[in-house]
Amino acid sequence: MSRWVSLAAFLVAAGFLIFGALALRPFGQPKRAEMDQYFTLYSQPEVAANNAVTAIVFDYRGYDTLGEATVLFTAVTGVALILRRWKP
Amino acid sequence: MTVVVRTVARVLFPVALAFGGYVIMHGHLTPGGGFQGGAVAASALALVLVAFSPARLKGKKGLFSALESLGGVAFVVLGFLGLGLTFFANVLAGAGGLFGQPVPAGPNPGELNTAGTLPLMNWAVGFKVLAGLGAVVLLFALFGGEDDR
Repeated sequence: MSRWVSLAAFLVAAGFLIFGALALRPFGQPKRAEMDQYFTLYSQPEVAANNAVTAIVFDYRGYDTLGEATVLFTAVTGVALILRRWKP
Repeated sequence: MTVVVRTVARVLFPVALAFGGYVIMHGHLTPGGGFQGGAVAASALALVLVAFSPARLKGKKGLFSALESLGGVAFVVLGFLGLGLTFFANVLAGAGGLFGQPVPAGPNPGELNTAGTLPLMNWAVGFKVLAGLGAVVLLFALFGGEDDR
């Protein structure tokens, strides 16, 4: 019984994914390309960086990286908090 | 660990550390950056912790803490540098000074002395990730398991 329920759930989920994949746009042709064009055109003259990904991560979206660094700091703090020696 | 593991770790530790530094240093030219290079360098620390006893690095917790704080503060200070325009504005790019060389448009191999504040931020984040992940691995090695030690 539960095997048939699992199979039905798998088929439904796979069907949704397959239909979604069939409805995708062709690779490399987004619906709106303005942002991509901006980054590829202006990351060299504006940021003077050859690596556009680094230009986005550290310049255009520096706030995001600041949040990532904060997440890492919080994770380290949590590990240090859990794994310390408890002195009763 | 056995002598084989320890010998391999002795050979691979400087190589992994240097490769992490390379990935951080060329973050604005090649794939990778501060996070990735810091993780590579932290894997070198993990190698040492696995091969040798974690007591060898026990006294380095203060160093890790200081490095992590230093990296975070340097990153925020570099963000504040551009406050005349906006937070995180790249004031050093193309200005001619430190890392201020302009880049020709189009595909080119790239110069190390470019991209303004990006390499400095890469170093800050790299040290931060190295110290943070190193501290996590060290804490796991010191206090994690009680079975085989």
